[in-house]
Amino acid sequence: MADKAGSLAFVEKNLGNVMLKELPRWLAGRNLTPTGLVRGGYDWYYNKYINVKKGGIGGISMFLFGYVVISYVWSFDHIKHDRWRKYH
Amino acid sequence: MTLSLFDQFLSPVVCWIPLVAIAIMLPWILFPSPTTRWVNNRNLTSQNWFLGQSTSQIFSPINPSGHKWAILLSSLLIFLTTMNTAGLLPYTFTPTSQLSINMGFAGALWMGIVILGMRTQPTHSLGHLLPEGAPALLTPVLVIIETISLFIRPIALGVRLTANLTAGHLLIQLTSTATLALLTIMPITAIFTGVLLFLLALLEAAVALIQAYVFILLLSLYLQENV
Repeated sequence: MADKAGSLAFVEKNLGNVMLKELPRWLAGRNLTPTGLVRGGYDWYYNKYINVKKGGIGGISMFLFGYVVISYVWSFDHIKHDRWRKYH
Repeated sequence: MTLSLFDQFLSPVVCWIPLVAIAIMLPWILFPSPTTRWVNNRNLTSQNWFLGQSTSQIFSPINPSGHKWAILLSSLLIFLTTMNTAGLLPYTFTPTSQLSINMGFAGALWMGIVILGMRTQPTHSLGHLLPEGAPALLTPVLVIIETISLFIRPIALGVRLTANLTAGHLLIQLTSTATLALLTIMPITAIFTGVLLFLLALLEAAVALIQAYVFILLLSLYLQENV
């Protein structure tokens, strides 16, 4: 059975498919270190949008848009002073 | 007011993470490592094709013994091209506009190439200090001039990339500030400035790619002399 506790398929289930009583066992089987989370996130995005048969410009564009948003968030503290400045 | 023009070259820090760290990681994320599959996804296939074409073009005039530098120079090409072009996106930070990063690359690689040449074939390397076909009387002057030009190479490499990118970003910021300011006062002039801004942005995209390529090309030329 795919969701037999202790098998790899059990740990790879989505959180939405995990029963409440199985939650601790599922959490213990997942890699929840920072490195593991980052790698997991990268793998998820890569397999969903880039590593597909007819991947297009959308996968990279979404990522670059997110990069622009992150850069804006990082620079906001500096940029906010420009908002009502009379002379730039 | 004068400080704000150069503020775009300061890396903002949030939670002790500077934006330059994220910007430097960008090439690593955007270029996935090749897989063991025979047919990869479109992204990986096109990236590998471009990289193969450019690497074979850069390394064709170099001795086979210099081809072991291919991985270093091709990864550097990807790194510089990505950072230059990503810096054209709004609000992003361009690491290659900092002299520290460019001098780090230029100085280390130039010195490695020169030391390699001096150790493996010292006569041949020193022979480059006198160009072929020069009149014999000019030899002392030429050797001095060539030595100076040899030592100026890392500075020229680093500063060329820094200056090109910094100047481009500054021009874009100035032109866009002018366009915005003129939009309410003189709209027709603002349209002209807007067209100039558009052309400048195109130029900057070209410069971003060309300057990274020139950096690698010059390093490959120095390698050709010394390997």
